[in-house]
Amino acid sequence: MSVSSQDVEKVALLARLAISESDLPEVTERFGRVLGLVDELNTIDTETVVPMSNPHDMHQRLRPDAVTRQNDRENLMASAPEQDQGYFLVPKVID
Amino acid sequence: MSWETVMGLEVHLQLATQSKIFSGSATTFGAAPNEQADAVDLGMPGMLPVLNEEAVRYAVKFGLGIGARIGERSVFDRKNYFYPDLPKGYQVSQFFAPIVCEGVFEVPLKDGTLFPIRITRAHLEEDAGKSVHDAFSRETGIDLNRAGTPLLEIVTEPDFRSAEQAVAYLKALHSLVTYLGISDGNMAEGSMRCDINISLREKGTDALGIRTEIKNVNSFRFVERAIHSEYERQADILESGGSITQETRLYDAEQNVTRSMRSKEVANDYRYFPEPDLLPIVIDAEYIEAVRATLPELPGAKRARFIADYRLNDYDAALLVPNHALADYFESVVTAGGAAKPAANWILGDLTAALNRNETDITDSPISAAQLAGLIVRIEDGTLSSKLAKQVFDGLWSGKGDADQIIEARGLKQVSDSGALESMVDAVIAENPDQVAQYLAADEAKKKKLSGFFVGQIMKASKGQANPQMVNDLLLKKLNDQS
Repeated sequence: MSVSSQDVEKVALLARLAISESDLPEVTERFGRVLGLVDELNTIDTETVVPMSNPHDMHQRLRPDAVTRQNDRENLMASAPEQDQGYFLVPKVID
Repeated sequence: MSWETVMGLEVHLQLATQSKIFSGSATTFGAAPNEQADAVDLGMPGMLPVLNEEAVRYAVKFGLGIGARIGERSVFDRKNYFYPDLPKGYQVSQFFAPIVCEGVFEVPLKDGTLFPIRITRAHLEEDAGKSVHDAFSRETGIDLNRAGTPLLEIVTEPDFRSAEQAVAYLKALHSLVTYLGISDGNMAEGSMRCDINISLREKGTDALGIRTEIKNVNSFRFVERAIHSEYERQADILESGGSITQETRLYDAEQNVTRSMRSKEVANDYRYFPEPDLLPIVIDAEYIEAVRATLPELPGAKRARFIADYRLNDYDAALLVPNHALADYFESVVTAGGAAKPAANWILGDLTAALNRNETDITDSPISAAQLAGLIVRIEDGTLSSKLAKQVFDGLWSGKGDADQIIEARGLKQVSDSGALESMVDAVIAENPDQVAQYLAADEAKKKKLSGFFVGQIMKASKGQANPQMVNDLLLKKLNDQS
């Protein structure tokens, strides 16, 4: 499957990855090779195969609905670069 | 041009679990910022989610409550996007295989008819945290207490054609989930938030128009107003030859307009993929039957039963049933001997008014169901006139004992003894010869009006205790005897 450098830039933006202008051709080429592999997989008839959502042949164990965690804000926020009045502070987000 | 509105709704319902969907943090509303967020909720490296069994049970309960198919094998997926209140950079949700599949929810409309809404799906997911924009001048504050709160997102087909239908659906949904006990349904605290997908098309056509999504509307009234306002906006654009931009909008209740959310300009591309940290949820028939056995009588069935068994009309049933506690109170009054129709009238009339005035709830009613039944019994057996009944009601409200004690203490017993009433009627006639003469000379229409004077005098003489119907009968007979 052919992939354009615009496709790569869009995916990079969605993933918040910085790809420099000089790296773009090589990344695009390698990206295309990966998608080529996917194309090859797509030629296999999987009509009757149940999709595998997890490699482990098990199902989810559940935990009882009980509060087991107490407030540990001070420890958990210790490594936050900026905080005030119990809030994590991040650069202003404008909606 | 005449437009038809086409809408589908997405409701985010907060499930009433004690702890979060993937961690043991508490879900209590109103805690200090970040005091109810542990390492899992904060998305610390290496933390793994462990699924809350109650969240799964509540989702299945909901599915059974609307007669939907339960996904026997449902899977969590990652919905990827970046926002500061989403610490992991993805929300754990269910995209490809939801826990609740297609179903139909019958919504009662005002005229008593049922309006079927097709439910597309309902899936489990975690809530995000909260961004606080106005408390800090140069930064945004992040509170992750809400992160990881279990949500059930309930999605409908585009089956709504009016704001009234949308609000009726939300009210019926609210009633259902509180009956099921899976959510407190507290809209002010965000337990039920609604996204509205809305488009317009020319009446009589089938193709769907381009839609916008109005996010996070959190009251029934705002839903109605947001729909009207967005209808006007889209109709204006279409009528002036423009086209609608598919986008996410926010409803501004103060200005009563919807606004484009600029930050979401880049088309959403969530790149869902299966969440590798969680295994599929497998739900077998045995589990489903065990949950089904715990379902209470649901609003639809209760409404039908109230109408059939208690001979209530649609109107009364529609007002009593949605609030589970109110419906229970009504049944307790009837069980304690109160006749059904008067019970409905008292509960929906004087009692509801008094509760509203005092900003309290039926669960904290100062008048017990047995006490209200006692009052109704005394009206039905003729001891109390409806006027005196109001006085007894006030006495019950202010804790002066039960109906019989109040009647006794205040001497409110209605006089239905014909001998006693007769002498009162005789006395009033004797004391007012002028009015009697006037009455006798009057024509039929006027007579009716003039007789009111005598009834008033007699009621006054009896301190309101005379049985008004008997007074009326006796009076007319005696007045006519004068001629």
